[in-house]
Amino acid sequence: MAVDKNMNVLIVDDYKTMLRIIRNLLKQLGFNNVDEATDGSMALQMLRVGNYGLIISDWNMEPMTGLQLLREVRADPKLKPVPFIMVTAESKSENVIAAKEAGVSNYIVKPFNAETLKTKMSSVLGDF
Amino acid sequence: MAARGIDRDLSLRLDAIRRAHGETVGVEQIAEVVRALLDTMTGDISASDLRLYREVESLAEYIHAAKAEIAALRPGEIKNDFIASATDELDAIVGATESATNEIMDSAERLESLAPLMDPEVAERMTEITTRIFEACTFQDITGQRITKVVRVLKEIETRVEHLVEAFGSDIDAPGADPAAGAKTDEDLLNGPQLPEKAADQAEIDRLLASFD
Repeated sequence: MAVDKNMNVLIVDDYKTMLRIIRNLLKQLGFNNVDEATDGSMALQMLRVGNYGLIISDWNMEPMTGLQLLREVRADPKLKPVPFIMVTAESKSENVIAAKEAGVSNYIVKPFNAETLKTKMSSVLGDF
Repeated sequence: MAARGIDRDLSLRLDAIRRAHGETVGVEQIAEVVRALLDTMTGDISASDLRLYREVESLAEYIHAAKAEIAALRPGEIKNDFIASATDELDAIVGATESATNEIMDSAERLESLAPLMDPEVAERMTEITTRIFEACTFQDITGQRITKVVRVLKEIETRVEHLVEAFGSDIDAPGADPAAGAKTDEDLLNGPQLPEKAADQAEIDRLLASFD
């Protein structure tokens, strides 16, 4: 099935600059409906009232981290099926394992490029 | 026996200190105990008392020497000047890189907005270039996180220095000689960039220069 590029994408990062970078890269990939949150709890509120087809989240944020957000998403029957890509500078294998155990769909290590973002998105959404 | 008397006396004094100060006892109190203990060792003393006396005396000397060495490090200056200044400088780096990154991205976004006005082939090539610019801008996030880690380490050092000062008393925290006093050498003038809120702007520099006329 073709990927719906009109889907709503939620990007979560406490660095405004990084939100802007990801938004621009998504725009170049053809995804224009992008919302932003600056930590996990803000993201969770938006997810509960919105209709999102993809979550791209940083890990290291306060008060709610990306890992906590991931666990909340996977514990919520409505949000559980939403693909969740972690984009983070946390590159230790223990981090990747913890994220995988919590149900992450894919994992991108910062710094990253547009090609990596596209590849990881394709792996969870299908080719586009 | 004299040794038993000393043990009792020491035990009573330690109990009194525990009641007064809890389990954390300052160096000054320890020195007081040692002095009081030595005062009790008058009159006939045995060979074992004498050995104990020497041990206690060398312990007191060791504590005083350690205290003098720590005081020479000027822990208060490390905490209040060096660490505080390093933290401010690192915060300024994060602020400056963030501001520069946003300006670079503003320019890249303005370039992208010109794409519809271009030949499609050229527009595509330009988009590839702006993509590289956005990718390169991720350095700011990584730099910021690394610096945050360094600031955390500095804060930990600051806390430990603070505990050291508390344990050894305020007399090791006496301010040292002001390095700014006295004649300035060429090396003293190598201050590096000033923090934004402290830096003079061009108008202030011009006014200062004009004041020499």
